[in-house]
Amino acid sequence: MSLDAIVQVALEDFTLDVELHVDDGELLAVLGPNGAGKTTLLHALSGLRPVDGGRIAIDATVVDDPATARFVPPEQRSVGVVFQDYLLFAHLSALDNVAFGLRARGAGRSAARARAHALLTEVGMHDKASSRPRELSGGQAQRVALARALAIEPALLLLDEPLAALDVQVRVETRHQLRDVLARFPGARILVTHDPIDALTLADRILIMEHGRVVQVGRAEDVLERPRSEYVAELAGVNLYRGRADGCHIAVGRDVVTVADDHHGDVLAVIPPHAVVLHTAPPESSARNVWPGTIAGMERYAGRVRVRLTGTLPIVAEVTVAAATDLGLVEGMQLWAAVKATEIEVHAA
Amino acid sequence: MATRTAPAARRTRPTTDRVPGVVIAGATCAVLFFAIPLLGLVWRAPWSAAWDVLSTPEARTALRLSIQTSLSATAIALVLGVPLAWVQARVAYPGRRVVRALVLLPMVLPPVVGGVALLLALGRHGLVGQYLDHVGVHLPFHFGGAVLAETFVAMPFLVLTVEAAFRSTDRRFEDAARTLGASRLSVFRRVTLPMIRPSLVAGALLCWARALGEFGATITFAGNAPGKTQTLPLFVYVTLEGANSDAAIILSLVLVAVSLAVLVALRDRWLTAL
Repeated sequence: MSLDAIVQVALEDFTLDVELHVDDGELLAVLGPNGAGKTTLLHALSGLRPVDGGRIAIDATVVDDPATARFVPPEQRSVGVVFQDYLLFAHLSALDNVAFGLRARGAGRSAARARAHALLTEVGMHDKASSRPRELSGGQAQRVALARALAIEPALLLLDEPLAALDVQVRVETRHQLRDVLARFPGARILVTHDPIDALTLADRILIMEHGRVVQVGRAEDVLERPRSEYVAELAGVNLYRGRADGCHIAVGRDVVTVADDHHGDVLAVIPPHAVVLHTAPPESSARNVWPGTIAGMERYAGRVRVRLTGTLPIVAEVTVAAATDLGLVEGMQLWAAVKATEIEVHAA
Repeated sequence: MATRTAPAARRTRPTTDRVPGVVIAGATCAVLFFAIPLLGLVWRAPWSAAWDVLSTPEARTALRLSIQTSLSATAIALVLGVPLAWVQARVAYPGRRVVRALVLLPMVLPPVVGGVALLLALGRHGLVGQYLDHVGVHLPFHFGGAVLAETFVAMPFLVLTVEAAFRSTDRRFEDAARTLGASRLSVFRRVTLPMIRPSLVAGALLCWARALGEFGATITFAGNAPGKTQTLPLFVYVTLEGANSDAAIILSLVLVAVSLAVLVALRDRWLTAL
């Protein structure tokens, strides 16, 4: 069960032209700015929009090929989709939402419900089986949507921003569960996201799309380490640290990052550049994290200055132009970077 | 931001001191103009005779016939009107505006004119009616004629309401259903229709209320045959002309009550959308 696709679709102001290959059991994350054509790509793969050129093959079966006038409509493809905003049917219970695809594919009512119940149990939602979608929280709706998409046992699973609608706390927890459920799914998977954390924690490979074209593709770490476009640089602009947590301390290399809550095991700590405060002398501040560093580079964009510090813990800070002038920042200057523990997001890696 | 919050803040304050007296006077007259006829009905209603009036065979027959014809008209409007509304909302075809005008026409046309037109088209010697006559279908002075007249006048209410609903549905839900394996027809039946159900109910209620009150087209096209085409409004008109105005008043109040009930049922769904 794999996907081989060349997707060419003429859009209003550009042409989508993307080549993809996703293996069995592999998860490819597709990242790109708004309007890059990500949703159109998913529509083409699921059959909601025929391609103008190219060819889509799922499990070596061609489902869309204009050259041979072959087009398999979405209801006959084996593609499960978890849509942005989940799109659960409001008039049906969670159980009947999950059973919908089975019923549509000819299963009897009781057989479909029994299978739907098993799937809801798998995603930990069996106690909400009779709830209507409006009674579910965002995280719960996401899990029901996932169970609904998996119910048809698709060869290809597409997830369109499955975590974007959730607030930060719920997102971390839901991402965990998503990873566990996805791990049991044997087919090819594509996850569209704008969050590099999703890509790093869930994906085997990432593909960066801009203006309908593939900009970069490869292992997440490799792509983010060597950004080849402004968008990727921006994505990579967040400070990401892999480390081992023991309580509120995370060991990152030889340094320690102090965070607000307790964590254990392998984690990913995220420090937004705007949360980093720069000092010209060792600060006496309430910030729990202070690291010395040397300015390795500065980039100015949109009224701000992005300052890259090297040291035992490389870090990027974002300050206003005025602040940069006041501090007299120049390359090679010795600085201290301070970050409050509460500003650091922690994700299980 | 400041300009956006200002009107909201102003709205909470009483606004009467800003409204010119002339406007208030005009508005009050308008309200009275609507209210007084109703008061007149209630005031003159021979309440003690109500049961007697409602239990006369003639009144019962007219009431029964009204319910039968209006429900039949609503059923036809649903069967034909929902597909029409769907096409109007979703299919861009040349001539869509012409069809839209055609659908709207019965709403603005005097019902009598509608009745005349129906007669010339479907009457015994009409454009289509002459052939119907050959195959044994007789509409004028028959139950079917009354139903058709009511459908002609009432169906636009259903089509417009449902069309607006089809237009405003989030079609991504239909996409989702298709990826789950539902055919186009199954998507329509199991996703689209349930999504527009409130509007479907509202449209059907409006259509039914209009059909129940239909007078002009019915009397012109279907005639005034007791037990066949003499619906409640026709019966009210006939009794008012005769000696028994009590019956007319009581039956009018029945129709007022039904109309009010429909308005109450619709208060959130349709009226706010207008």
